[in-house]
Amino acid sequence: MYKSFLIKYGEIAIKGKNRYLFEEALVNQIQYALKDVDGEFAVRRLQGRIYVDALSEYAYEEVMEALAHVFGIVGICPVVLVEDEGFDKLAADVISYIEKVYPDKHLTFKVHARRARKNYPMDSMQLNAMLGERILEAFPEMKVDVHHPDVLLCVEIRENINIYSTEEPGPGGMPVGTNGKAMLLLSGGIDSPVAGYMIAKRGVAIDAVYFHAPPYTSERAKQKVVELAEIIAKYTGPIRLHVVNFTDIQLAIYEKCPHAELTIIMRRYMMKIAEHFAEQNQCLGLVTGESIGQVASQTMQSLAATNAVCTLPVYRPLIGFDKKEIVDISEKIGAYETSILPFEDCCTIFVAKHPVTKPSIKVIEKSEKRLGDIIDSLVKTAIETTEVISVTAGE
Amino acid sequence: MEAYLDNSATTKCSRRAIELMVQLFAEDYGNPSSLHTMGSKAEAYIKEAGKKIAKTLKVSEKEIVFTSGGTEANNLAILGSVGANKRAGTHVITSAVEHASVQQPAEQLQKLGYKVTYLPVDAEGVILLEALEDALDEETVLVSLMQANNEIGTIEPIKEAAERIRRLAPKALIHVDAIQSYGKMIIRPKELDIDLLSVSGHKIHGPKGSGFLYIKDKTKINPLLFGGGQQKGLRSGTENVPAIAGLGEAAAEIYENLEEKAGHMYELREYFIREVTKIPGVTVNGRSGTGSAPHIVSVSVEGVRSEVLLHSLEERGIYISAGSACSSNHKKSVSRTLLAIGLKQNLLESTVRFSFCDKTTKEEIAYALECMNEIIPFRRKFTRK
Repeated sequence: MYKSFLIKYGEIAIKGKNRYLFEEALVNQIQYALKDVDGEFAVRRLQGRIYVDALSEYAYEEVMEALAHVFGIVGICPVVLVEDEGFDKLAADVISYIEKVYPDKHLTFKVHARRARKNYPMDSMQLNAMLGERILEAFPEMKVDVHHPDVLLCVEIRENINIYSTEEPGPGGMPVGTNGKAMLLLSGGIDSPVAGYMIAKRGVAIDAVYFHAPPYTSERAKQKVVELAEIIAKYTGPIRLHVVNFTDIQLAIYEKCPHAELTIIMRRYMMKIAEHFAEQNQCLGLVTGESIGQVASQTMQSLAATNAVCTLPVYRPLIGFDKKEIVDISEKIGAYETSILPFEDCCTIFVAKHPVTKPSIKVIEKSEKRLGDIIDSLVKTAIETTEVISVTAGE
Repeated sequence: MEAYLDNSATTKCSRRAIELMVQLFAEDYGNPSSLHTMGSKAEAYIKEAGKKIAKTLKVSEKEIVFTSGGTEANNLAILGSVGANKRAGTHVITSAVEHASVQQPAEQLQKLGYKVTYLPVDAEGVILLEALEDALDEETVLVSLMQANNEIGTIEPIKEAAERIRRLAPKALIHVDAIQSYGKMIIRPKELDIDLLSVSGHKIHGPKGSGFLYIKDKTKINPLLFGGGQQKGLRSGTENVPAIAGLGEAAAEIYENLEEKAGHMYELREYFIREVTKIPGVTVNGRSGTGSAPHIVSVSVEGVRSEVLLHSLEERGIYISAGSACSSNHKKSVSRTLLAIGLKQNLLESTVRFSFCDKTTKEEIAYALECMNEIIPFRRKFTRK
């Protein structure tokens, strides 16, 4: 029955002169989200509101599902739009709306009328009272409750008249693209896709780097990462996924450096390479899924040692999260099942039984010297042979 | 160079089977149950396939039921025979080295209250006949054994087992999983004195989604699928006519000059085993000579994880299987067969399977050996510490 959805957005409204840019980004993101939904839709901005109009038949659930992925949306109200053809017609429309939306009429309600167009012949108070009367006449089972109504029936007099009473929550946050872009270090695990989701929630677009280590990691491990990128691309928009062949660098570290420091040194090289691609793609920072103390390479000392190789800021949206909290979000965004597929990623293949947990940057730097000149050429080759995959939201 | 050495996983479909199937998909696409000529034509293809298969086993075509593959044939054999012979007993005997499509149905029976005995095997994977003798009792309703082991190739003493089963548990039915042996050796169910035999189409250059169960005449068996009553009610559902015809053709083809083909594969196997075991720290599991199927070689490589070896070979165009799937941070699924033969702990995750077909060449094997010689010492340098 609904032909339109009223999109409510939160923080955008307070962004002053930039508001226009934020709204535009939100419209773009909504269009991206609706691209793969069956049916034809128009997204329009009108008097500080965004509407999604269905121009053809569509499946309600599908649209709601798609819109629930768009950051910046606080609420989605399926709305009935009617022409202003006098009060009697409006009252009839309101009654028919209630008839369809609420099969069981044993409800309390309150009419909340607003006039965005002040030339309407009645004021809001009058509208509330008179519509309420008509509703009571039509449905004697319904009762008015102005404090805690079951149904808050909103009637907004605009160019058209909007009638709505339900609101589905959106994901909140800010439209992707309004806060620049960052480079996500994406592994096949649970954390990094969630980190990508979190940073995108604040309006940041993302690209990603994945470190592939054939023959130690399989083609399927790579496919899994592509799949994870497709899942988060539903929220973040298209992602350029950089697949770096990291094997030779790993083997060089394995051969030349103390085994307990392998993971830290490896991660330092990952950061360096990620930063290279970040700069190449105009990213303003790096994003990782690290959280303090989760594993040896994520102690405060280890994070400091990894951080030391970067000049760009490194964002760690999960830094204060427990594993359980991360898993909850992972499940919510639909990444968990893919994340737990049992393919090895390059961080685990040579992991030491007793890795250093409190590395000193000086010691690590000294160990890295053992790699000699060869490491620069290995990094160069890894960068040159990197495969870039354009990932968009998958089904 | 490329070498597909994973023929126990699946095989390339034979040209003859493909051509026949194209004809059936495109032209003779009738439903065998239809009363018109399109239907009878389709039915004739099924009959023809049945005849071709029956000839390879020296049985009657009426004793063949087509299935969706080996798994369904094994399920039908085990669940169907036990279900139809409830009064005969509640004890099922199988072995510790069976394929999952036998072991899992057995486990289901266990949940239903059946007693299931898993016969132990020796270090080469051969079931212990004394253990069979001990296990057989008057409650035994079914004994299910594989003919050639899918992981290490070992051939089980089916005839000797059958003789003991008939003597000590005359009511028991005997099922043989021949999925890895059919098309690799001559099989005569009547001489072996068995009741049920499972075969998969795609292991013998037939199409995937095809297979059959040989059911000895007058053997009581319940269907797993109910519906239109096709295949004498044993397997309802419109017959997959193209796949059945393709399977029949592949079966006929593979048994042409079988001894020559098997001889060729045995030669390759001997050559491969001789050369590969020259690499330090490399051992072969199972049996040598005709104690094994001709096409399967299980190789343990100390100090190199199976997945790493698999992917290293893959980089060079060689395709094989890992013995046990595993990974460092997830639940391990260790091969029951490798455990049952008592393989050393450190080799469980370092075992791979090479499997040939009659088209496999000595050059391909030589290339695989060359790559193994190159990969193993290099990869051994990098291990988890």
